[in-house]
Amino acid sequence: MLNGVGREVPDNVKAFVKSDDFKKRKRTLIDKKNKQSKTVFFDDLKLLFDELNISSKMTLSFHHHLRNGDKVIELVSEEVQKRNLTDMHFAPSSIFPSYKLLGELIKEGNITDIHTNYLNGEVADLISKGFLKGKLIMNTHGGRARAIESGDLPIDVAFIACPTVDKLGNGHGAIGKSACGTLGYCISDLEYGKKVVLVTDNVIDELKEHQINSEYVDYVLVVDSIGESSGIVSGTTEVTKDPIGLKIAKDCANLLDYLGLIKNDFSMQTGAGKTSLAVVKFVEEIMKKNNIIGSFASGGITKAYVDMLEAGLFKNLYDVQCFDLDAVNSFSKNKNHIAMSASEYGNPFENSPICDKLDFVILGATEIDLDFNVNVTTDSMGNLIGGSGGHADIAYGADVTIIISPLIKSRIPIIKQKVTTVTTPGTDVDILITERGIAINPLRKDLLDKLKNSQFPIYSINDLLDLTHKITGVPKQIIPDEKIIGYVEYRDGTIIDCLRKINYESK
Amino acid sequence: MKGTAGSKESNDCLITIESSVERKIEINSIVGVFFYDQILKVVEDTLDEQELYNVKVIVEDKGALDYTIKSRLLTAIERMREDV
Repeated sequence: MLNGVGREVPDNVKAFVKSDDFKKRKRTLIDKKNKQSKTVFFDDLKLLFDELNISSKMTLSFHHHLRNGDKVIELVSEEVQKRNLTDMHFAPSSIFPSYKLLGELIKEGNITDIHTNYLNGEVADLISKGFLKGKLIMNTHGGRARAIESGDLPIDVAFIACPTVDKLGNGHGAIGKSACGTLGYCISDLEYGKKVVLVTDNVIDELKEHQINSEYVDYVLVVDSIGESSGIVSGTTEVTKDPIGLKIAKDCANLLDYLGLIKNDFSMQTGAGKTSLAVVKFVEEIMKKNNIIGSFASGGITKAYVDMLEAGLFKNLYDVQCFDLDAVNSFSKNKNHIAMSASEYGNPFENSPICDKLDFVILGATEIDLDFNVNVTTDSMGNLIGGSGGHADIAYGADVTIIISPLIKSRIPIIKQKVTTVTTPGTDVDILITERGIAINPLRKDLLDKLKNSQFPIYSINDLLDLTHKITGVPKQIIPDEKIIGYVEYRDGTIIDCLRKINYESK
Repeated sequence: MKGTAGSKESNDCLITIESSVERKIEINSIVGVFFYDQILKVVEDTLDEQELYNVKVIVEDKGALDYTIKSRLLTAIERMREDV
């Protein structure tokens, strides 16, 4: 059957209808754990596996706050491999290129099913080629929290990397040699996992403040190292020098200003890419020039936002994960740098999540189509190269959602008649800014109206597509493979698109 | 006789041309699945214009546009002709 964005999905799945369809349903919550016993400390993973009786077909979950420096998922994978457990279901909130062993376990059939919000590197390549025997389910950050709390994604054991743990089993993310800052993505795992293990390399007597409450923690596993610090804070702090990126960023900031979106008490979120950072810089200049103080910035937080917080340009930062060391330090010392869980960030059923309070968001795209549907999950060949993360959550929540991208990347047009994979529905995407022109979603008559007498180079998205094809030529169409390797799950748990095995044939 | 031009940077291509008993064109492109035929056509048309039939051309393409491919090929041809 065709779902609400016109994609063919199997009849036996819950098909996506539209982005606010969740409003018709009530929040479902499984019981939170009521743990009676004290937290037990282990220093041997093997003994802990025995204690937990971890066996084949179980679901193990992880968070990705240690990013490309994470050692915890590799450690657990190693034990799964040693015991030759099979048909395991892994649910890491993201998968990074350093998670090498995961690839082997997929090839050998130790891991057959995966839930994640974002993946790239070797594991992504293997799954694209069809090596995962079961299915890959791609969630949004808010959608993963919803899936866990509702029981759609039951977790047998949550392994939570935690930079510092005290003797009672409370945890903190911004202290210790492997400090990574806030721990927003693991809160649902903590509260709803059947068994919870904090994995740490730093035990202290007592934490004055904690992010992780010991009342949910069954075990603490103490290891030599949970992460490689160079890989933990891998975010870029550089503003782009690319003239195309700078032009897009400048046009974006000027457009925001023209639309009156940079006003007192406004709120915003951007990604951490170099062009996004340039937008932040230009917005900062406009704020300073007009004496504007914003309400908050949210997301993965970077130095750029920390500087603005400390200069008094924003009242608060809401931070689900720290992208760089400056953000980690700021979270430790600035009271108005506030941690948020994935649910508080983007769960559709949360009461007033941060994403819904956003005035505007600046996001990227690998592809965008004539209906403004956006793909950040696969490339145009169909290879997995990312995933929603918070993309679909904040695109839904924000009043104005802006996509910034060069029109052409290595000859590949970013505008398609139909995107290869739908990550975010076009009804939640309002503006596309490229170096050669700006397109406004025709659904946003209010924006078109405000901009009709402006000097901005505004075109229809169809005209921008024609212009692109004049430059690149018309690309051939990939013939999709029959085999479905997984699904893109929208934040409400419905299927917005299928993921197919990569095919190298075109017509 | 041999000539080379271009690079393997993104949006560019590296083209090598040398004399051969017949025309042979080899294309390795990161966007081949979408644009192989177009890349082949640019190379063939350019060789025809230059009346070169007994050459072997290798294109290592990183997403170059047609005018980039053509100019890299013309430069490679010039360098081949100077390479005596």
